Amino acid sequence: MSIWEYANPVKFMRSSGAVLPWVAAGAGLCTVAGLVWGFLTPEDYKQGSTVKIIFLHVPAALMAINIWLMMLVTSLVWLIRRHHVSALAAKAAAPIGAVMTLIALITGAIWGQPMWGTWWEWDPRLTSFLILFLFYLGYMALWEAVENPDSAADLTGVLCLVGSVFALLSRYAVNFWNQGLHQGASLSMAPGERMSAIYRYPLYLSMLGFFLLFLALVLVRTRTEIRRRRLAALLARENRA
Amino acid sequence: MIELGKYAGTVLAAYGASLLLLVGITVQTLLANARARRELQEHERRG
Repeated sequence: MSIWEYANPVKFMRSSGAVLPWVAAGAGLCTVAGLVWGFLTPEDYKQGSTVKIIFLHVPAALMAINIWLMMLVTSLVWLIRRHHVSALAAKAAAPIGAVMTLIALITGAIWGQPMWGTWWEWDPRLTSFLILFLFYLGYMALWEAVENPDSAADLTGVLCLVGSVFALLSRYAVNFWNQGLHQGASLSMAPGERMSAIYRYPLYLSMLGFFLLFLALVLVRTRTEIRRRRLAALLARENRA
Repeated sequence: MIELGKYAGTVLAAYGASLLLLVGITVQTLLANARARRELQEHERRG
């Protein structure tokens, strides 16, 4: 069995329909459990109760970057192998990525105000995240602006390649430039100060919840796009007859 | 009772805004999917 079998819309609809209830249940369970557990954690000695924002901010930021990278992979599959389902999966993922980026920006601003004394700073990571958000909006606008779906998939695929620079910058900006208010990675394999297990475990659960939520939503949205494409093809066939 | 201290407004605003966005994208996704399925089924039924 090859992974390319799932590029067949019929096969994709059948297999995604089978796993979707399980993914959706896992998403609901892990997201709610992770956020409730996180909300119940004790205050941090430095940041007080604002530490609870980490259970939203970090998973959302993580997904914002990785959704763009998923779109990059599926766009490349479209550009190289012309599989329609992969182009539709990229299109389906973009609004979810935009929402995740917006959550990271909003929670970051709300968290930054009491901790840094400002809602916003033109810090490398914050700025690259804002640009990533604008790329998401531009990507969605481009899909809507181009009438021919294959041309739209081509153009958005190229835009996705360009935007990947900012997705990677969002991840590694704090490593490239030392200036700026934003701290380094919250979770790291590198030696140094570790996050307490009291916060780390609910954070892992919340991250898993956000990932499963994305997976469930992207499956549903891809199925929606396939149905729309099928309806458009039927209507076009009728008009020709 | 959960004690949020002097940052209660900050924490609740972050959770409120995030949950609103997450519920919003979920509801929009489900409604769009239901609509697309209904339209396709109606068209296929008409044959």
